[in-house]
Amino acid sequence: MRGDVAVLGAGMHPWGKWGHGFVPYGVAAARAALADAGVDWRDVDSVVGADTVRGGYPGHVAGATFARALGWQGARVTSVYAACASGAQAVGAARAQILSGLADLVLVVGADAAPKGFFRPAGGDRPDDPDWLRFRVLGATNPTYFGLYARRRMAVHGDTLEDFAQVKVKNAACGALNPNARYRARVTAEEVAGSAVVADPLRLLDICATSDGGAALVLSSMEFARRHGAADPVRIRAVSTVTPRYPSTVLDLPDIATDSAVAVEPAPDTFRASIARAAYEEAGIAPEDLSLAEVYDLSTALELQWYEDLGLCAEGEAAKLLREGATALGGRIPVNASGGLASFGEAVPAQAIAQVCELTWQLRGRAGDRQVEGARVGITANQGLFGHGSSVVAVR
Amino acid sequence: MIAGWFAGDGDGFRLLGTRCSACASVFFPREDVFCRNPGCPGGDLVEVPLSRRGRVWSYTDSRYRPPSPHVTDPELSWEPRALIAVELESERIVVLGQAVPGVSTADLAVGMEVEVVQGVLNEDEETTWTTWHWRPAEVTV
Repeated sequence: MRGDVAVLGAGMHPWGKWGHGFVPYGVAAARAALADAGVDWRDVDSVVGADTVRGGYPGHVAGATFARALGWQGARVTSVYAACASGAQAVGAARAQILSGLADLVLVVGADAAPKGFFRPAGGDRPDDPDWLRFRVLGATNPTYFGLYARRRMAVHGDTLEDFAQVKVKNAACGALNPNARYRARVTAEEVAGSAVVADPLRLLDICATSDGGAALVLSSMEFARRHGAADPVRIRAVSTVTPRYPSTVLDLPDIATDSAVAVEPAPDTFRASIARAAYEEAGIAPEDLSLAEVYDLSTALELQWYEDLGLCAEGEAAKLLREGATALGGRIPVNASGGLASFGEAVPAQAIAQVCELTWQLRGRAGDRQVEGARVGITANQGLFGHGSSVVAVR
Repeated sequence: MIAGWFAGDGDGFRLLGTRCSACASVFFPREDVFCRNPGCPGGDLVEVPLSRRGRVWSYTDSRYRPPSPHVTDPELSWEPRALIAVELESERIVVLGQAVPGVSTADLAVGMEVEVVQGVLNEDEETTWTTWHWRPAEVTV
């Protein structure tokens, strides 16, 4: 199904460690998005919640939890769980409802209150769960996977620790300009180098934190937007939500091993690259058309990987692109102008929605001091456990 | 806990996977129900030992104590464990595992040859949980 949907409103609860449950963050973000859109909650046809497992399951299911907190008003309700890609899949579900004519005006909400320290699987003995197994058998936390990718890049492409540190320096400089970011101090390469090693070769300041936060969007049909007086809204043109293709040959969270390529030759694109390619094809654009990108910088090294997977540069050229300043504010293709997860931290069901909030503000030309001049086309990229990956393309 | 993932002692220790009898795809950890190759009509999945040696695809470690369900003794100070992702050439698969105790990331390099050996995951008064470890391969004549 093709066609644009309008972004009428975007809202966030500032990210940090606020000590509340996830519901107030989502409600605050939802109210901000509704106010931004200039619509009444009671006029919303459909609410889509990105689920939080830590804060919720069992007992809270996001769509209904937010709808109840905002006041039951009879809307269609959907809840989506796709780990770190939950927010993008929520946007995808809302878009499908609008394009199919099931709903005209949809509220998308994600929020979380993350625990301190490493993410970990839920309790109990669950040896049929790959996520449980990698912790039990290997003690393999998320940062250990980021460490594997970082070390591999150093060996194959010659990336250096200084390159990784410069990603943090760049993103922290953007985060310092973003009132919704948790970390608003600039960071130096020396501070990155002086922070404790978490998973060799990555240090504390190479890896994103866990946070509390919430983000929300109000989406509508283009026809509704026109009737509502929004003649030229930011539009979502593509939402890719693709699985990997067998055999997936890059070791990925939470797996202990890759697929074997002994029987089937791997596709030329890796999974991450296929996420972006699907979005480009759906939107009818190419990497050259982009004004900016928001990517999951779960680690500094992983941000560099995304440059290549998004086609911003050739394979192995990401550090060069960074060193040239192309991905900094004022560069040819700013990446993570919001400050990225480096400045926000992870609030899992909210972060992919927050990426689209940033594109919205940028494409409206209302991103304040971190504005990417003349922004017309933006892409987001994210990846969740168990073969979920999404990209959203927004245009003006 | 992870029955059938490895077997044997000493030089005979091997990781065990399964191989699809229709398309020859190999699976580790073992896949006993469905062949996951989307183009395969589905064959019997037969247990196969994996290659004993492979090359380091990448490596890292865990400088902070991993959370449960990883089992560690909170009474002891945390000693970082190296984790190695190893490429097995004939199976064309990458398998992650802990390094043998005493091997740190400073001892490792991408491309280095390593071999699989039996190791202890953790133990209590009643049970010793065994696992596989990767060990840099000695030079052999």
